[in-house]
Amino acid sequence: MPATYEPISTQTLGSDVATVTFSSIPATYTDLVLVMAVKKSTSDGGYLALRYNSDTATNYSATYMYGNGTSALSGRVSSEAFGRFGNASTSNFENTIVSIQNYANATTYKTSISRSNLSNVYTLSYCTLWRKAPEAINSITILADSGNLVTGSTFTLYGIKAA
Amino acid sequence: MAVTYKLIETVTVGSGGAASIAFASIPQTYTDLLIKLSLRSTNAVTNRNVYLNPNGSSANATARILLGDGSSVSSSTSTRIIGRDIPAASATSSVFGNAEFYIPNYRSSVAKSISADTVMENNATASVSSITANLWNVTDAITTLTFVPEAGDFAQYSSASLYGISNS
Repeated sequence: MPATYEPISTQTLGSDVATVTFSSIPATYTDLVLVMAVKKSTSDGGYLALRYNSDTATNYSATYMYGNGTSALSGRVSSEAFGRFGNASTSNFENTIVSIQNYANATTYKTSISRSNLSNVYTLSYCTLWRKAPEAINSITILADSGNLVTGSTFTLYGIKAA
Repeated sequence: MAVTYKLIETVTVGSGGAASIAFASIPQTYTDLLIKLSLRSTNAVTNRNVYLNPNGSSANATARILLGDGSSVSSSTSTRIIGRDIPAASATSSVFGNAEFYIPNYRSSVAKSISADTVMENNATASVSSITANLWNVTDAITTLTFVPEAGDFAQYSSASLYGISNS
């Protein structure tokens, strides 16, 4: 049976850091899945974001929906210098999964869909767009709105092959 | 090349239904667990929830739910690990709902954050799509998983597949 869901790289934080980067992502897969269990040091409930290929220009936008236990809401952000894809807690290692389809082509903008848990505050889903002049994604940097990503947080990048 | 997305076990409910679907003695060799379910309850209503009891426990859980039913969206909480609304006996016959639970770092010594996604299309009202953030605030490794319906039994042909995912 061909392996179609392969770990590319995994990182478990041994100390608090501001960013986590997956670099030299091979272009040999069809899609990427990024699985995280993240706790952050400050700003409970603040967002997690990513940058592709170290792009810090305002090429990112996102539409999100969330429920906080009493109400359901949706919103969007645009022309940001990072792509929001989830939120994180300062008390628990919460689960966020990002799916990035067709990441290796150089002809289209890149869209991701993500699911993020913040079980004492929200459940969330994001659709995130990167609209830099199309290029293959070869690195992903993960950051938080403030503070650090905390020791023990885990990040695994999987590659999925369509064939 | 290592197989990193591996089927551990599939359970299919036989005639007469089943009060629960359980995975016992889960290998402690993977990084994450993924459970894909196709479910229907025998309870005489249109839809019911499905609950997950890790290590046989229904305690120490919290959840935030976001739900759309075709006409409105809402959010609610639960003190169970929950997937909202699977079809039940009063739903269109032969309709089964899909559910997916993802458990990262199931062997870790911290509380477990569990994602649950469910859908139920009924060709009528009471169709539902939901996402849920669950927290099982227990630091034990997960060794068993038991799914139970909110009421009634799981109907015949309900099924659940447990996958182990490794990060290396």
